[in-house]
Amino acid sequence: MKAADIAELLNEPACTHNKKEKSGCSRPTPGASAGGCAFDGAQIALLPIADVAHVVHGPIACSGNSWDNRGTASSGPTLYKIGMTTDLSEQDVIMGRGEKRLFHAIKQAVDTHSPAAVFVYNTCVPALIGDDIDAVCKAASERWNIAVVPIDCAGFYGTKNLGNRIAGEAMVKHVIGTREPEPVPPELVPPGIRIHNINLIGEYNIAGELWYLTPLFDELGIRILCTLSGDARFHEVQTMHRAEVSMLVCAKAMINVARKMEERYGIPWFEGSFYGITDTSAALRDIARLINDPDLIARTEALIAREEARVRAELDVWRPRLEGKRVLLFTGGVKSWSVVSALQDLGMNVVASGTKKSTEEDKARILELMGDNTIMLNSEGARDLLNAVYELKADILIAGGRNLYTALKARLPFLDINQEREFGYAGYEGMKELVRQLALTLESPVWEAVRKPAPWSQKAMVIAGPEMGDSPDGGDAVETHDHDHAAPAGAAA
Amino acid sequence: MAEIIRHPKALSVNPLKSSAPAGAALAFLGIRRAMPIFHGSQGCTAFAKVFFVRHFREPVPLQTTAMDQVATVMNADGNVVQALATVCGKSKPALVGLATTALAETQGTDIKRLVHEFRAKHPEFDHIPVAAVNTPDFSGCLETGYASAVKGIIEATVPVTAGTGLVGKRKKQVNLLLGAHLTPGDVEAIKEWVELFGLRPVAVPDLSDSLDGHLIPEDFTPVTLGGTPVSELATLGEAVATVVVGRSLKAAADLLLERTGVPDYRFDGLLGLDASDRFTATLADLSGVAVPEKLERHRAQLQDAMVDTHFMTGLRRVALAADPDLLLQLSELFVSMGSEIVAAVSPIKAASLGSIGTAQVHVGDLEDLENLARSAHAELVVSNSHAAATAARLGVPLLRAGMPQYDLVGGFCKTWVGYRGTRQALFDLANLVLQHHDSIAPHHSRYKQPIAPAPQAVAAGGH
Repeated sequence: MKAADIAELLNEPACTHNKKEKSGCSRPTPGASAGGCAFDGAQIALLPIADVAHVVHGPIACSGNSWDNRGTASSGPTLYKIGMTTDLSEQDVIMGRGEKRLFHAIKQAVDTHSPAAVFVYNTCVPALIGDDIDAVCKAASERWNIAVVPIDCAGFYGTKNLGNRIAGEAMVKHVIGTREPEPVPPELVPPGIRIHNINLIGEYNIAGELWYLTPLFDELGIRILCTLSGDARFHEVQTMHRAEVSMLVCAKAMINVARKMEERYGIPWFEGSFYGITDTSAALRDIARLINDPDLIARTEALIAREEARVRAELDVWRPRLEGKRVLLFTGGVKSWSVVSALQDLGMNVVASGTKKSTEEDKARILELMGDNTIMLNSEGARDLLNAVYELKADILIAGGRNLYTALKARLPFLDINQEREFGYAGYEGMKELVRQLALTLESPVWEAVRKPAPWSQKAMVIAGPEMGDSPDGGDAVETHDHDHAAPAGAAA
Repeated sequence: MAEIIRHPKALSVNPLKSSAPAGAALAFLGIRRAMPIFHGSQGCTAFAKVFFVRHFREPVPLQTTAMDQVATVMNADGNVVQALATVCGKSKPALVGLATTALAETQGTDIKRLVHEFRAKHPEFDHIPVAAVNTPDFSGCLETGYASAVKGIIEATVPVTAGTGLVGKRKKQVNLLLGAHLTPGDVEAIKEWVELFGLRPVAVPDLSDSLDGHLIPEDFTPVTLGGTPVSELATLGEAVATVVVGRSLKAAADLLLERTGVPDYRFDGLLGLDASDRFTATLADLSGVAVPEKLERHRAQLQDAMVDTHFMTGLRRVALAADPDLLLQLSELFVSMGSEIVAAVSPIKAASLGSIGTAQVHVGDLEDLENLARSAHAELVVSNSHAAATAARLGVPLLRAGMPQYDLVGGFCKTWVGYRGTRQALFDLANLVLQHHDSIAPHHSRYKQPIAPAPQAVAAGGH
């Protein structure tokens, strides 16, 4: 991928903060970085497309160390669960046999699995030695009469965020708009109702949480043309251009897809979240509003009223157990604000949110939700994270699986919120699982058991206290809010 | 304090209970060169023998007084004397364990008198102690019979030495009175634990030496191939302390204390961090030795496992069915891990049931467990192999604990107790939960686009 192409992807006019420094171009600090690469981001964004053969072109590390570790679920095909890589050898690299190998790899994937399409992910080594994966994909596509989509996402191109956009770009360029949607069978249309088509962009169906929502859409007569990419099929992605509205579920991931579909096909879009009662209802309202069908708006309101009453009643039991508990939320992107709303619905107190992987948009939403006393953590080092937990007297850390064992080693209650988790938290039903998991860890007797010293021990254990000193793995720990568009600088607690 | 609820019903369905004589036999099997005899019909012995053979995957010595119709109606006293004489003559055991059965008790046998009769008639076997216990099948369960036999063993072998200044003569010796809820693996772990402090454990009984499953040079032995040496039993009064594990052993422990005056330390179980800590602290006090680094490490490993597995155990709705001591020991682990005990069933009533960390403990069978578990939406069953079908009907996994375990190789010797045993138990438990993870059921949207038969896909991928 050319530097100009990367720059173009980083320049996202749909972001209100586009004038600021691009997060993707801030160079990582050697020796003090964490987080994924562009390949990681691209693979995450597209892997949930279930009937596609996802071929990773590169040496073993890229696929070998990452495949089969995400909780995204499919209601049908399971081809996406099969790890495929060209596993380039030293000889392949030296002799320049990578392209040939890729060509045969595509054939093997097609012969063995008859996929709906083949996606080829480029990685660092073939990008460096100059394999022309566009040409290979084109040749393979013609030779075997199947869609073969190149996704040029070498890790060194940039961040995970950039990878998400590269993936979205590939869909816009090669897939979206290459097929017309199937007509809705007339027998499925309830009398007096018009079926509307929508897209969900950036929803990954983690642990199957999309299925908490799809029954609601069915009830409203809304057809999800495609979810990019949770529980999606290749032919659904092809038809996305016919949606009446797109909901952007994870802002960071594929905002470029939403913007380009608006430019090309006039599809309006909005950002929303399915985490928490308030946000779920808001998202449903926004969809109905943008479709602008008065009947749908009325039915949506009725459904919201019913679901909210039902779930709030069920959550009342849990509320006293969680109310007032102090949460340190440490996650990237959309979850840095969308989960805030869910936790506030439960009466919990979010004392800080991590923003290392958040966009300016995300940060603005955090401010909106949490007010000016917001503490944003702009570090990703474990030591800094723990210090923040102690300083802010957090009862629980909510973060991604990468920080899970950091928390547990420090004897802290923890909730896994990222893609590796096994529980779905989306929608009204997801809130019930969320409270359960929160209570489970917060109330667990193991914390007391592991914090108290052994009966024969003379020395008190050094735990649950801030450890000062140099932080080897992070930068500035607690970034008080000084932001160009909201509260005055230094307003943080 | 849990409320104890009985389930009076005519029919016991899918019994949880194993009989008291079987329990007595188990205790006797933990004495070296012992031979248990059931005073009853041949079937009483045969069933118990098969029960143990399947559980331990070991040959099990067990004899019978073989009451036939005539003996049952007329008098079976002669059977007992004859059986004792035959066993002593043929097998040359170091100890004979004589347990009555329901049949013999109903008939009205006086087992103690019959032992006297045997002594009078056969002085040539005076050197062989006979531990005779009343274990009618209609009273108690495996745990009860086991406890009676431990008491009987003490009665038959431990001399009265209290007040003679012998206590602590063997400065390093610690007597271990171990309950029926401990496996051979547990006993081995407890002995090693004691040894870490430079102490010398004498386990009574010692299943780790007899039923741990090990090959021996001989091709056959008519009696137990290991266990507590009878000679050691005579020295219990010279130990510095006795550690008792299991509340069911109260009467046995009281008797040992009365006979020897050796101070004792009583534990319900040694599963979990707290119990392990208390035991470790006791050993440190007794020995005057600092807790070894190795144990500190094992403790820290357990703590790590506790936090790692609390996601799988927390709020987990668990149904337990086991004999009282095991039930109590397991319940403490589950409570300490944040699980909810939604059903607890014991085959018999026992004082220890009141200490179980749940609102109600039921005295009943596996049918009761099944009903309770179903109505309380249990997510995990913990019981012996008989509950496999129960768990299958409930659609939940089964963690095997207790006896019998005939469908799990190695279940008989699994180590549950101590820091390492508890850690492994937590891993097993967590894995079971993970393997049966309830994922969100796929929803097939009615509007999801079907795949058209002829792929237009060729158009895609245009470059």
